[in-house]
Amino acid sequence: MTTVATETLHGLLGAVVFAALVVSAALTLLVSYRVIKGPTVPDRVVALDTIGTNVVAIAVLYSMLTWQGYFIDVSVVLAIIGFISTVTVARYVTEGDIIE
Amino acid sequence: MIPTPPAPDALSLASALARPIPLAAEGGEATHSVGPIQTALLIVLLVVGTFFLVVGTVGLLRLPNVYNRMHATSKATTLGAASIALAGFVFYGPGGDGLMSLVIVVFLFLTAPTGAHMISRAAQRMGIDFLEEVSWPAPPPDPPEDARPDDSTAGPNSEDDGSAAPSDD
Repeated sequence: MTTVATETLHGLLGAVVFAALVVSAALTLLVSYRVIKGPTVPDRVVALDTIGTNVVAIAVLYSMLTWQGYFIDVSVVLAIIGFISTVTVARYVTEGDIIE
Repeated sequence: MIPTPPAPDALSLASALARPIPLAAEGGEATHSVGPIQTALLIVLLVVGTFFLVVGTVGLLRLPNVYNRMHATSKATTLGAASIALAGFVFYGPGGDGLMSLVIVVFLFLTAPTGAHMISRAAQRMGIDFLEEVSWPAPPPDPPEDARPDDSTAGPNSEDDGSAAPSDD
């Protein structure tokens, strides 16, 4: 492939990564509407879980945008914390306590 | 002070917009290169992932019930985030960070159904109703009064015992 086409692809990749980052951040803001306005507690928990998943995607995108691989580890830890918080809230709502 | 020109294989818009901070411990980042096939695959994965994130968020905002919203988020959003993490694997190659991206994919696919299941069970135990036309697919939790003699065998047996005793007399 010629150098010009490769440069065009690289420029397009930068634009796509940046656009995906902006769209994911806007989607996270939109999901927070369901956190605030959700009629029931599981609505809010589902929306918070979705925010966690979105932030995982945002961390990966930011890692690709700035060439810093440490943000991959950040997103792994965020995924683990999101899962633990979801399970904890589900247990608390159902059984009344977390650790018996 | 003359700013150092960006590496030839760094993202041009990315380096123009974000101005990445070169870490001292990460001296070998200029040797990392993304080929044209990798770039095309990255663009496809990122577009697909963003599309599924949009679909999951629209479903979360517009569907009428907790269970239906969970249907949107637990599948579409997980698929979008996993696609973006797979793009991270393609970006970093089969090294340390690429393997961590694959760990993200596996972890999302393991934990998102588990969390959605626990939340939906908690919602059902809290007494949040389904939609009107929706019910359990298997036997309903409390059957109506008509179905009770068909299901229970203890009722007809006791009636037979009661009818057999007067016939002996």
